[in-house]
Amino acid sequence: MAMKVRGRAWKFGDNIDTDVVIPGRYLTLRDPDEMASHAMEVVRPDFARMVKAGDLVVAGRNFGCGSSREEAAFVLKRLGVSAVVAESFARIFFRNAINLGLPVVECKGVSEAVNDGDEVEVDLEGGVVRNVTKGVELKCTVLPDFLMDFVRSGGAIEALKRKLKAQA
Amino acid sequence: MRIADIYEELELDRVWDPKRVVALIDHWVPAPSIDAAIVHATCRRFVEKYGIENWLDMREGICHVVLPEKGFVKPGDLVVGSDSHTTTYGALGAFATGMGATDMAIVLATGEIWFKVPSTIRFNVEGKLQPMVMGKDIILHIISEIGVEGASYKTMEFAGGTIKKLSMDARFTLCNMAIEAGGKTGIIEPDEKTLEWIKERVKQPFKPVFNDPDAEYEEVIDVDAAGLEPQVAKPPSPENSVPVSEVEGIKIDQAFIGSCTNGRLEDLRVAAKILNGREVAKMVRAIVIPASKEIYMKAMREGLIETFLKAGCVVCNSTCGPCIGAHLGLLAPGEVCISSSNRNFVGRMGSKDAKIYLASPATVAASAVTGEITDPRRFA
Repeated sequence: MAMKVRGRAWKFGDNIDTDVVIPGRYLTLRDPDEMASHAMEVVRPDFARMVKAGDLVVAGRNFGCGSSREEAAFVLKRLGVSAVVAESFARIFFRNAINLGLPVVECKGVSEAVNDGDEVEVDLEGGVVRNVTKGVELKCTVLPDFLMDFVRSGGAIEALKRKLKAQA
Repeated sequence: MRIADIYEELELDRVWDPKRVVALIDHWVPAPSIDAAIVHATCRRFVEKYGIENWLDMREGICHVVLPEKGFVKPGDLVVGSDSHTTTYGALGAFATGMGATDMAIVLATGEIWFKVPSTIRFNVEGKLQPMVMGKDIILHIISEIGVEGASYKTMEFAGGTIKKLSMDARFTLCNMAIEAGGKTGIIEPDEKTLEWIKERVKQPFKPVFNDPDAEYEEVIDVDAAGLEPQVAKPPSPENSVPVSEVEGIKIDQAFIGSCTNGRLEDLRVAAKILNGREVAKMVRAIVIPASKEIYMKAMREGLIETFLKAGCVVCNSTCGPCIGAHLGLLAPGEVCISSSNRNFVGRMGSKDAKIYLASPATVAASAVTGEITDPRRFA
């Protein structure tokens, strides 16, 4: 997997909770695409329809607060979101995203530096968020190596499968 | 269902330790839709296939109430649960935290998981609570003080004279809502009350963990309980708590008493005290969900269920129900609900155009009677 991601920024505010990302009443849907079609509909009804593979979610503080539902990270990944860049994350969402191989990047000042629709590139290993549209660069966190390995492997389960196979 | 599906990918023929896993179904029970029924069926197949010993199906109620009741959580334990309100068990002096499906699948496969050791914020709560002011009011107030990110990644420790005097039911409420401030866990040092509560429940030996005398805290925050008014968290965030006097008079359509936060016996008792001999306002529906079978049965024996029914409440089986917008009381656009649950996010209990106010069971019951948000001290 490329350790750089690039795409259009979809901008959200502070405290986007997991009920906003995917409301509880859709969690029993069996078709993953049908579930994903409801992502973010509470605050942005056109998001799921318009977002393209490679696009990024850019948000404010405490992204993903609330429930432990992994579906919140899952639906974003399913829609092709290549990374979530936020001022800060709630911890369960943070873990869930990495576990599914969806890169999450903490970046102070990103809400100011990026507007909705900007072209954004993230160097996940170099720790740089680049607003290509505006020509602005910001530093961001780099995941510790063992977590980056989950992202590289396409998720924690893939990483564990490899480990189990190596032990067998 | 996600855990079961993910687990299949690992192609393992066993789980790490079937004795140390507890499984039950509390969301969407009994199944209100075919999709929910399929989720439940997947869960049952998983339990059967891997020989999970502690299987409670949908018989006992909401996990965060049932696990302590059944003695599955002991002081000093490290507990992980696939639900964010797993923090509840901290009331027993356990370190308990919630995680998602993949993390849980990894725990089931290996018995191991990675953690970042959190720093701790200690809340020293002092002063005698006024009548009709409950544990819920303390935690709503704390969340409003520090914000929904105020304890992100951190442990919230509740201590002080007020906490010592609090019932176990109220202590569970406090720890339950630690996640609403972003907390990794909420915890209360075990005392005589804790040990008394678990005496008849925990059968296995255990080793409680107490505070080190030289423990370092990231921050110590003093909370005045004596001056605390009943709190109401305005939509759409648990951090929007204000004293009830600021929101009194707001008309409600639904009142909900239940959930892993406030569906315990003490909660039902205070609600029944207010509803006894009174009636739910004409244009309001009140829903009461005892959080577990044990609580339901005790409430029956004490006559609380009869009180609720006579007052015009609907009493449902022990489940998460409307708290997660699953069933048993979803909201229409434009409606207002006052709820004893834990989250008032947009769309949480149904329509995104409905409003949810969070409050104690006392405030919810008082509001159900008058049809508008009401200070329960009027009924003290």
